[in-house]
This record gives sequence, structure tokens and C-alpha cells, in this order.
Amino acid sequence: MFESLTDKFSGALRKLSGKGRITEANVCEAMDEVRTALLEADVHQEVVDSLTSSVVDKALGTEVLSSLQPGEQMVKIVYDELIELMGPEHSPMMLVDPGPTVVMMCGLQGSGKTTTCGKLATNLIKQGKSVMLAAADLQRPGAVHQLEVLAGQVREGEGGTTADGGDRVHFYAEMDKVAEYGKAIGAAVTVCRNALTEARKQHCDVLILDTAGRLHVNDELMDELKRVNQAVTPHQVYLVIDAMTGQDAVNSAKAFNEQLELDGVILTKFDSDTRGGAALSVKQVTGKPIKFIGIGEKLDALEEFHADRIASRILGMGDVLTLVEKAQEQVSQEEAEALQAKMAKGQMTMDDFLKQLQSIRKMGSMKSLLGMLPGMGSQLKDLPLDDSQINRTEAMIKSMTKAERGNASLLDGSRRRRIARGSGTSPNEVSQLVKGFEMVSQMTKQMSGMGMVSRLKAMSGLGPAALAGGQMPRLSGSTPQRKPKFKQRKRKSR
Amino acid sequence: MGLFKTAFNKIAQGLTKTRTGFVGGLRSVLAGKPISDGLLADLETRMIASDIGVATSRELVADLRAAWERGEIETGDQVLAYLKDQLRAYYPDEDRALRFAEPGAVTVILVSGINGSGKTTSIAKIAKSLRDEGKTVLLAACDTFRAAAVEQLEVWSQRLGVEVVKGKQGGDPAAVAFDACAAAVARGVDVLMVDTAGRLHTQDHLMRQLTKIRDICAKKVPGAPHEVILVLDATTGQNAINQAKVFTEAIDVSGIFLSKLDGTAKGGIVIAIREQLNVPVKFIGVGETPDDVEPFEPGAFVDAMFAE
Ligand SMILES: Nc1nc2c(ncn2[C@@H]2O[C@H](COP(=O)(O)OP(=O)(O)O)[C@@H](O)[C@H]2O)c(=O)[nH]1
Ligand SMILES: Nc1nc2c(ncn2[C@@H]2O[C@H](COP(=O)(O)OP(=O)(O)O)[C@@H](O)[C@H]2O)c(=O)[nH]1
Ligand SMILES: [Mg+2]
Ligand SMILES: [Mg+2]
Repeated sequence: MFESLTDKFSGALRKLSGKGRITEANVCEAMDEVRTALLEADVHQEVVDSLTSSVVDKALGTEVLSSLQPGEQMVKIVYDELIELMGPEHSPMMLVDPGPTVVMMCGLQGSGKTTTCGKLATNLIKQGKSVMLAAADLQRPGAVHQLEVLAGQVREGEGGTTADGGDRVHFYAEMDKVAEYGKAIGAAVTVCRNALTEARKQHCDVLILDTAGRLHVNDELMDELKRVNQAVTPHQVYLVIDAMTGQDAVNSAKAFNEQLELDGVILTKFDSDTRGGAALSVKQVTGKPIKFIGIGEKLDALEEFHADRIASRILGMGDVLTLVEKAQEQVSQEEAEALQAKMAKGQMTMDDFLKQLQSIRKMGSMKSLLGMLPGMGSQLKDLPLDDSQINRTEAMIKSMTKAERGNASLLDGSRRRRIARGSGTSPNEVSQLVKGFEMVSQMTKQMSGMGMVSRLKAMSGLGPAALAGGQMPRLSGSTPQRKPKFKQRKRKSR
Repeated sequence: MGLFKTAFNKIAQGLTKTRTGFVGGLRSVLAGKPISDGLLADLETRMIASDIGVATSRELVADLRAAWERGEIETGDQVLAYLKDQLRAYYPDEDRALRFAEPGAVTVILVSGINGSGKTTSIAKIAKSLRDEGKTVLLAACDTFRAAAVEQLEVWSQRLGVEVVKGKQGGDPAAVAFDACAAAVARGVDVLMVDTAGRLHTQDHLMRQLTKIRDICAKKVPGAPHEVILVLDATTGQNAINQAKVFTEAIDVSGIFLSKLDGTAKGGIVIAIREQLNVPVKFIGVGETPDDVEPFEPGAFVDAMFAE
């Protein structure tokens, strides 16, 4: 349904080509496309308006860089502006010494507060800190137990206990204070105060308070939160927001910020295909940094926020950098180099092919993965690209003998039939696999200077796009002349 | 008065809650003013602010403009009335009623949606209304994934005095659905409500799991599931279209439960969903207690959208 902004731009700005300077008339026409794209990405209207007007100011009279088309240049100006507005880049959580550093989570119902408490704890434990999780949601049925279960999971994870078996993860709750909706209001203040006393006693580095979800227009519940705020004066107050939120994100973020003076924002569920315009809206209206993004239900699914990635996502240009990182997590540098050397000589085998498929699968579902590629999102919906296909391919390759895997040209008709029987597929499918493999090894031979992501992209017929941080995606469909360099970035949280 | 006989009272209440925190008051802009280009532009802005989406908002405004040019409407007040009529035509009454099995047979209601949208709470709401109408209800706790999800549903079952079939945390949700269907038939309950784990529409394997749960219901109970509800958080933006599309592909959604309409979000995206995917809205959620549910009423929905 949504064309990417870039596509729209190419239409709107085609007439601009060849002109050396961006002028008022052509900018305004193009800006309409920008507006629509941003609104479709759920950026709030007023934010869109102020953004477009500042972009127009910046664009007017700009010399068109020789390397870029005017359309591309406009996208670059918008892109840079988005990054600027959503920045600054990740700033680590400030811990006080002596502890405990008190962190309070707040937000609307179901935004992901409790889960994020578990994720933050996991993150801190990995840094060698000790954490107490305190259950101050006395209202949602099962909420206390939910946090307790998560605390248990954190404890079982990496670093959950000290070398001598001591506990790094503590859980605090007062079950007798749990009550039906509306009947426990105020009790959370006592629970939080007691939790702080307990955290001090246990010498915890960090105390994380999980509060009940509440609407920003519910005065009674907002008042409770303010009282908790006064009672324990948290060092960090984080607002947890669903990344799929629409225009209303500004209303709730603004109210929470006004009443609690937030220190940061955490956007959850970014593993969906949301364009995530709420990130921009919330940053604009609160002025508070986006600390983390949630990318899954598991406890390690928390990432630092990178403005450039979300900017390209909002613009529909895909989240290339995340893809690069995911790829790097699965494929070590040496492995990648060894494979590339083989490919360059056209020596890729079925085994290598299988390994690649497996590492791709480890990265996530095919669709979500390819969805991160620029411009691919909308086209993917109809492709029959699902994980079961990888399973079938895997089954076929595993049914091959070692010799066959090393040398695909051995695969004659009778061998193909045997493999089909062995893998529960059809000879036709095996033939398709062989054909596909030959094509890929041919292609990889030609593309062997490029990194894994460029290859993926080249295979999908897309040109290179934004790779290095802050650098503008090149939007024309040509292959790169130079070898793109990926910054090897080790994730701190792993 | 039961949920399925229209009750306007609560909507009015729920929607008053939604009247705070608006960006500007369009109602006063509309009231008594002649239609003009400026007024239509304001309307479009307001529609977009309600998450109706750019394309659908423009279409709606184009319709209004056409009606204005034909001389059918002339004032701001008529604009509201016109929009309400349009929306009522869009959401006919019969589309908003729950579908039940033949009398004497088990009705299965499958409830799905993304994480945290309000599935479990919405089940408690519908279950209570059904119970109050004298129906026997059984709940199936098929969210075996999220921590304490089963416990949450159990708490509701105790508070409402209805029974629940559960498996163990981390177990196979399809197996729970199987057991629950068998139990529903054996016990001869009127309605079985199946709670499922939240899942993103982008998670293929989880969507397939949902299809499997649906298929098990269909196999175990004739004509099931009679109703497939997608619970949609009213604060959701344009991504809701993708959600509705993929869930509909997987389990043939028959109606939307629009939750959390007691905040400042307007939930306008359901209009785009209706237009593009033809999925009606059945209920709205206006709070966290089992009483905070109402049938969807297009007129009140429009009122809330343009309230001050
Ligand atoms: N896919 C995904 N699900 C999430 C994420 N964060 C939270 N969730 C899920 O969202 C639902 C609501 O989360 P919860 O922590 O209970 O929200 P709370 O009501 O704000 O405490 C649960 O099903 C979580 O598993 C995320 O980043 N990605
Ligand atoms: N204000 C409000 N909160 C709701 C509504 N429906 C559900 N919630 C809250 O949203 C949160 C998530 O609901 P839950 O039913 O657990 O969602 P699930 O993960 O989809 O099953 C809980 O805190 C509920 O109390 C509603 O209509 N209004
Ligand atoms: Mg919670
Ligand atoms: Mg649930």
C-alpha cells in the first residue's frame, strides 16, 4: 500500500533532473510527497509541518551535489533532518554511586513496561550490576507474578548469579496489596518506598520499579505516579511506548512528561513492520532522548536506539544497518572472508550454501529480514518467501551425499530423484534448488568483492543503499564501484 | 441491559472520557459555520489526527466536497450528520452483532491480536456480558507463552465465576484449544472463548500456529469458530492495516474489538480497515473492568472524533 518515499520522489522530481538548483516551485510539489509519507509513517501532523518547513528552508537554493540527483538530494535533506531531530545518539544509563540507582517505568496499558523491566535487568546484569525488580502494578491481574517469572528468567540467564553463587537479581513484591481495579490506588507508593529500603539493605546497584499501565487522562492514577515519584525520587523515569502508536503518541507522551519529567523514552515492538514515526513525534514533544528500542518478547531483545536506522525506516528506506548487524552476529569475520575467497573462485559448495541459509534463518524470519532492505517492505507481502522453504531446502541438501554437496554437477536425474525421496520433496524442487544454487554461485562469483548485505541486495535486484552511519543512501540502482566497508561492530549487550 | 442490546449510556460516558486532551475544538469550528475550503481542510486535519490515514481522510473529504457541491450539505452541522450517515451505512447493524451457533450447540469465539492489545481483558468483558445474559461460558487459556498470562485469565475466571481450561506455561497452545473444545462440547456450555498469545503479524510461524488453533476449533466443534475477533488497540497508527490484513489472511477475522478508546486516541484506523479489508468493528473497550465494553456505534464514534 505504501510506496516508499523514494519512489514517490522519483516521480515528483523527475522534472527536476538536469537542473542545477532546487527551486521553490519544485520543492513545494515534492514536499507534498514528503508530508504524505511521514504521515503514513505515523509522524504527528504538527511535527510533520514543522519538519517540512525547515526542510524547505534548507533545500531552497541548495546546489545539487554532483553525485546526487535532485530527488535524492531532497531525500537526503529530509533524512538528515530526521536524524538530527531524533538524536542525540544513545547515551548510556547513568548509574549513581553509591546505589541503588532507581529507575521507574511508566506508560499506557500494554505498552511493554513489565517486559522491558526484565530486559533492562538482563542488560544491567550482563554489565555486572545487581538489580532489584519491584512489582508496583497492583492492578492488572497476574502482573506481580509476571514480573516474578521474568526475574527468575533473568536470574537463570548469563550473569544472573555471582561466581560464588550469590544472587544478582532480587524481586520485591507485597502480594497483600494487590487489589481489583481502582481499589489499590495509592498502595503502589508504599510498595515502592519499601522496595527502596530493601534494595538499600541488599546493596543492589539498581532498583527497577514496574508500575501499572495508566491513561495520561486518568488523574487519579497519574497522581499516584507523581506520589511515587516524590516518595522515591527515581534517578531515571522512562516512558515505555509502543512503536506502532499513531497520532495520539504526542498526547500521552506530553502528559507523562509534564507530570513526571521523564528522563528518557523506550519504544517497544520495533520488531513489527511499523514505520515507527511515533519515535520522531515523541522525541519532538518531550525533548527527551530515546534510550532503547524493544525488538522482541525475549529478555535479550533490547537494543540501543540509532537515529539513522529509524530515520531510514520512517522514510521507507529499510533498516539496513540492523540487517548488517544481524548478519555480523551470525557470521564471523573469518568465516565470511573464507567464504568470500571461495566464492571469488567460483568454488562455493552446497555445504556453504546451506550454512548461509542457516545463518540467514538464525537472523529472523526471511520476510522480516528482507523487510529491512530498502524499498522491499511493501513488495514482500506477496512473495512466498517463508521459513518452511528454507526447511525444505535444508532437507534436500542434507539428503545429498558428501560428494554431491561438494560438487553439484554430479546431480543427475537419478540422484535428484533419490534426494527428493529422501527429503520428502519432488525431483522438480530438487532441480529448482540446483538451478538456484548455480545461479547464486555464478552471481556470487561476480559479486565477490561485496559484503554479505550488498550481495543480498544485489540478489534482490536493488542497488546499494545507506550503509555507513550518516551517509546518504544512494538511490540509483547501480552497483557500487568501490568495496563497501562495514564497520565491525560488536554489540555491547552480547 | 446486556451488551448486545444497544446501550448508549456507557458509550456516552466512555466517550466523555475521551473528550479531554484534544488538540483543538473542531466542534465549535463546525457548529453554525458554512462549509468552506478552509473548513474542509480543517476536517481533513482532524481526520488524520484520528489516525484515519491520509488516503482515506482525503476520500472522505472528497465525498463531503462533492455533497457540498451538489448542494446536499451547506453547514458544519450538516457535515457531522452526513459523516454519521455515511459511517452508519458503512457499519450496518447486522454486521455488529455477535454470531452464535444454533441454539443448543457450542459457540466458539476465537480472540487474537498483537502483544498487549487487550485480548485477555476483552475476553473478560465479553464473557461477563454473556454470563449476565444467562449463558454459560468456558474460557481457554491458550496464551502459554507470556509470563503469568494463564494466571491473568484465571483471575478473571474466578472473578466472573466462569470456568477455564488451561495447559502449562510453555506448552502447546493448540493442545489447550483441543482440550477446551472437547470440554466445551462435553459440558455443553453455550460459549467457548479462546484466549491466545499476543503475536506480531510479521511472525510467520506464530501466525501459522494461530491458523492451527483455528483449524482445531473447526474440527472439534461444528461451524467453529463462529466469531473471530481481532483486538486492536485504539492508539495504533497506520500499522493496524497490516495487522488486520495478515490476521485476516491467517484466521479470517470476523470483527474487531477496538480497545482502549477511553484514552485520547480516536481509533480512526478502523475506518481504513473497513474500507480496505471489509472487517467490521463489533465492540469498543472503554476501561479496564469487565463492565467497560460497549457495542460499536458509528454515530458516537464520529461525535467523539470531532468533540472538543
Ligand atoms: N514483539 C514484541 N513484543 C513485546 C515487546 N515488548 C513487550 N512485548 C509484549 O507486549 C505484551 C505486553 O507487554 P507487558 O510487558 O506485559 O506490558 P505492560 O502492560 O506495559 O507491562 C506482552 O505480550 C509482551 O511479551 C517487544 O519489543 N516486541
Ligand atoms: N484503559 C484501558 N485499558 C485496557 C483496555 N483493555 C485492556 N486494557 C489494559 O491493557 C493491558 C493489556 O491488556 P491484556 O488484556 O492483558 O492484553 P493482551 O496481552 O492482549 O491479552 C492491561 O493493563 C489491561 O488492563 C481498555 O479498553 N481501556
Ligand atoms: Mg505490566
Ligand atoms: Mg493476554
